[in-house]
Amino acid sequence: MAGLAHGAGARGVSSSVRPGRRGGAQGALTRRRFVNRLMIALTCAAALIATLPLVLILVHLLRLGAGAVDWTFFTRMPVPAGEPGGGMANAIAGTAIIVAMASLIGLPVGVGAGLYLAERRSARLATSVRFLSDVLNGLPSIVLGIFAWQLLVRPFKHFSALAGAVALAAMMIPLVTRTTEEMIRLVPVATREAALALGYTKWRTSLDIVLRTALPGIVTGSLVAVARIAGETAPLLFTALGNQFWSLSATRPIAALPLQIYTYAISPYDDQHAQAWAGALVLIGLVLVISVAARFATRSRFGRGGD
Amino acid sequence: MRPRPATVADRGALRIDASLSGDRVYRWVTTGFALVIPILLAMIGWAVFRAGWPAFRHFGVAFFTESDWDPVNGRFGAAPAVYGTIVSSAIAIVLATPLAVGVAIFLSEFAPRRVRQPVAFLVDLLAAIPSVVYGLWGILVLVPFLREHVMSFISDTLHLGGTPLFAGPAYGPSMLAAGCILAIMILPYISAVTREVLLAVPRSQREAALALGATRWEMIWDAVLPYARSGIVGGVILGLGRALGETMAVTMVIGNAHDISASLFAPGYTMASLIANEFSEATNDLHVSALMAVGAGLFIVTVIVNAIARWLVWRTARGQGA
Repeated sequence: MAGLAHGAGARGVSSSVRPGRRGGAQGALTRRRFVNRLMIALTCAAALIATLPLVLILVHLLRLGAGAVDWTFFTRMPVPAGEPGGGMANAIAGTAIIVAMASLIGLPVGVGAGLYLAERRSARLATSVRFLSDVLNGLPSIVLGIFAWQLLVRPFKHFSALAGAVALAAMMIPLVTRTTEEMIRLVPVATREAALALGYTKWRTSLDIVLRTALPGIVTGSLVAVARIAGETAPLLFTALGNQFWSLSATRPIAALPLQIYTYAISPYDDQHAQAWAGALVLIGLVLVISVAARFATRSRFGRGGD
Repeated sequence: MRPRPATVADRGALRIDASLSGDRVYRWVTTGFALVIPILLAMIGWAVFRAGWPAFRHFGVAFFTESDWDPVNGRFGAAPAVYGTIVSSAIAIVLATPLAVGVAIFLSEFAPRRVRQPVAFLVDLLAAIPSVVYGLWGILVLVPFLREHVMSFISDTLHLGGTPLFAGPAYGPSMLAAGCILAIMILPYISAVTREVLLAVPRSQREAALALGATRWEMIWDAVLPYARSGIVGGVILGLGRALGETMAVTMVIGNAHDISASLFAPGYTMASLIANEFSEATNDLHVSALMAVGAGLFIVTVIVNAIARWLVWRTARGQGA
């Protein structure tokens, strides 16, 4: 590892720093360098251990799930417990519907709030909104489920896809707000000033010039938020509820991939465990593809200058 | 409003006026979107307290101190869930903090550039894995592994089976399993914040330590970590907030039992898993309300914990500009 050698340069200093221990200076130095090496090795080991679960999860998903992911998995409906085979067509469609509805609600609000925070950076309202957005982001997802249940399920006396979408939108808003603000701040002030100098009004500068410049970053950030909410289960437990049958209606209970994985995972049947692994593999494939794509998209655009 | 003939100058003024009102509309709209966030938070708070109110009124403070949870006879005490939430989160923090801080130090101080980015990416990916996938992996891989290797090692090889902490039979689903899965899940959050805070420590701080003859580790230990301490604590508290409210993965591995047991091998309950697990079976209004009251408790605790964490991180990261 580069840069470990400067301990040699420190030798003279350390003996004058601790004059009382001149006799043992050489031993102390050996010990200090040993501790240095040891701690570097330990942090390196920490990095290895921290990435281990990810590798293990991916290996298990591929080994146990890949066998059950085939064409029928995407086109068939679930079969009753105890029967092998079947698919998750309704759950995949349901997740698509819920996530689309949540994005329709969450994206405009998140982008709008992000624009506000980036442009009125230090206004008192901006500071508190930023803080509250972080607090909202830290709320347990199941609490958002309770919120949507109280708001949309209890008054209407039935579960619905819309209630699930509202819970997920509440989760999405702080994520999108945060990325939008960061991406807009990356746009050089000169770009904004150039537009204003050409006689653009403030709002057209913001929307036509600044927002458009930051758009690729905002799109990838929003995709990451979509990937995050697509895998959420807890907010859907008592809003979207799940459905064994085919449904695309916004006002009826609807199946979702994470809910289906949960149901199968806690069942005692091996066939259903296999389906759960397959569903998890599809879900994680979706999430990883989006995360990796987003990573490269943002890096090629903004990441060149810094780290 | 006296009508007068329009002049060229007036027309210019009109156009400026129109654009100004465009600016005003734009400002109102973005301000409105920004206001959605506080309003949403207030509505969430209102919803959970509204839903939990009947249970609070019925049981009072005893709701969180009684340990008797009997839906059939209408008796609800959430103490086991509160206890389980605290213990599982504590296990997670104890396991994850040293690892996460180690990873962050490695990434910000020691790792060569080529290694840094991929490893940071892999650690960040841990945060992208859906909770239900952690639960699936936990219930079908981690729990059997813990039962057959770790638990038997602790009780038989280390002879700790007699101590209260590791007493009782090892079924698998347990407080220990929940703590382990939570540790994996909160690690990326703690490590991301710690990295951010370490990067905010001024260069001069490091250079001064090196100039005094410190080794690289001494530099980190004596100059960098003390500077970053409150930010790191903030990151850990942020991780705690995640652990307290984590639902699916915990529900799947903790065993779901209304008991308070000192043993980490015993199954338990957390507040979030209690709601997730019993809601669909809740038949009477009081049962539903009791579950919602647990959710209200969770709301309060996570809001406080997150507020403290954000404040600590913000205070440290602000040093960047100075």
